[in-house]
Amino acid sequence: MLNYSLKRLASAIPTLLLLITFAFFLIRIAPGGPFDAERALPPEIEANLAAKYHLDEPLVFQYARYLWQIARLDFGPSFHYLDWTVNDLIAQGAPVSFTLGAIALVLALLIGIPIGAWAALRQNRPADYAAMSVAMIGISIPNFVVAPLLILLFAITLGWLPAGGWEFTPSRMVLPVITLALPMIAYIARITRASMIEVLHSSFIRTARAKGMPEKTVLLDHALKPALLPVISYLGPAAAAILTGSVVVERIFTIPGIGSYFVQGALNRDYTLVMGVVILYGILIILFNFLVDLLYAWLDPRIRYDDPEVAS
Amino acid sequence: MNETSRDAFDQALDTRIIRGRSLYVDAWHRLLKNRAAVAALFVLGLMVALVIIGPMLSQWDHEIPDWDNYSTPPSLETGHLFGTDALGRDLFVRTLVGGQISLLVGLVATLVSLIIGISYGAVAGYFGGRVDNLMMRAVDAIYAMPFMFFVILLMVIFGRNIFLIFVAIGAINWLDMARIVRGQTLSLKNKDFVEAARACGATEMQIIRRHIVPNLLGVVIVYVTLTIPQVILVESFLSFLGLGVQEPLTSWGALVNEGAQELETAPWSLFFPAGFLAATLFAFNFLGDGLRDALDPKDRL
Repeated sequence: MLNYSLKRLASAIPTLLLLITFAFFLIRIAPGGPFDAERALPPEIEANLAAKYHLDEPLVFQYARYLWQIARLDFGPSFHYLDWTVNDLIAQGAPVSFTLGAIALVLALLIGIPIGAWAALRQNRPADYAAMSVAMIGISIPNFVVAPLLILLFAITLGWLPAGGWEFTPSRMVLPVITLALPMIAYIARITRASMIEVLHSSFIRTARAKGMPEKTVLLDHALKPALLPVISYLGPAAAAILTGSVVVERIFTIPGIGSYFVQGALNRDYTLVMGVVILYGILIILFNFLVDLLYAWLDPRIRYDDPEVAS
Repeated sequence: MNETSRDAFDQALDTRIIRGRSLYVDAWHRLLKNRAAVAALFVLGLMVALVIIGPMLSQWDHEIPDWDNYSTPPSLETGHLFGTDALGRDLFVRTLVGGQISLLVGLVATLVSLIIGISYGAVAGYFGGRVDNLMMRAVDAIYAMPFMFFVILLMVIFGRNIFLIFVAIGAINWLDMARIVRGQTLSLKNKDFVEAARACGATEMQIIRRHIVPNLLGVVIVYVTLTIPQVILVESFLSFLGLGVQEPLTSWGALVNEGAQELETAPWSLFFPAGFLAATLFAFNFLGDGLRDALDPKDRL
């Protein structure tokens, strides 16, 4: 397992390098710069600024300088939020996005899996159709529609919850978490149902039943584990996305997470901030995909990454 | 065997052949039995017709304000069926014009991803071996990229051009298509019926045309139906952030964004575009599910 983990870690480096290179040059070829303002700066000041941030050097030098910088885990100063480093900005926004994302993720798993399994056991009966139609609605209504509707209902009409703003209090988290969790619940329920149905038709379940095993043991010990595999592989990228903060949700509920940094950063040509968020997201994706593969091996004992006979 | 007797033989054979139902006729019949899918098909047909014809029939224009009615609720008296927005523009026409853009983006961007995905996947699958390995490794590497970020970057950097939306969204969606097509091609080309065709002396081209492509089509159709709503969603997401379609053009996402800002004073300006968007996505998803059930003989129970 250790061998495999090291190999995966090594293969992550070129992927990350590709990502950094692509993002770096993409944002640099964009017209406009970080110090463009309504009123043009005097050329001397502009030259000074460019010199300070090394913007006057050839792009390849800047790229090399940047790589060396992030190798030391320093994302550099923000070009827009003066006196802030990107590390500071991420350290400030990440806990907010992580908290919301993690709660939504756990909620989605706790609700989505039972609904999916329950619908699978009632395949093609009214309860199944009802659950899956609701799930389809959950997938079809985008979060930027759900969020305003929730605000309209719970904040404006009923006045129970605040419409936006942020502190670490449950009342501020309820609506954003619901908005984040709803589509995930729907997806997870659909995936769980489909894979559960497939597993229930397989021969090892028939064998377990033929042995006279109690239905509860059949379902919980034999069927659920393999049925969760597709859920796990959906969860990898989804977790990375939700933890880096949803641009839409953070914008609607005015939440200071890292999701909102990205679009603002790109609009302001805040090169270092955009790069910081992209790299963070890239690392999370790679990390979660790795965790998914490890979980796979744990859930399905037939998968062995180190076994030389299987590998070859 | 001389020519005439051969013709007679063929003719005799022909009359005895029972016209078999093709895979697609079969699938179509199965689809028609699925009430949800038929309803979805109907809703989509209606939506397309409404979006194309509706703006022509209305007395209002999507750009020109009605100076007498700012932010008025839906009413028959003023003639604004869905009300007007804060600038006095008719929301009925704007919703339909927005629908034109949203559906157009959905179709064209899906087409872009289809073309890239099919050619890439088919080449990788058909050639197999080292080429396949290399091409799929590349897909894996690109898969780990945060694509939404790149689309946002592209939109921010290169202006908010509608053609760029097509290309940018199409370019993020081809990876799945390539994987699916490649997997199918790979398994198809080793199937016994392809072997049989080859043994009968069919040419490579005939095999591809007669055996590979028709068998790919089912998966592709299902995937296309499920990609269109995804693409529409991405476009509305971009427009919601103000990065997508620009004024005076509009799309459902842009309208939802405007509606969400006037939620307290003019909730109708959110409800109508949001309803149209959700109904369309809903119908596409249901149709896709229905098609998958109809075209996938594996699930035929």
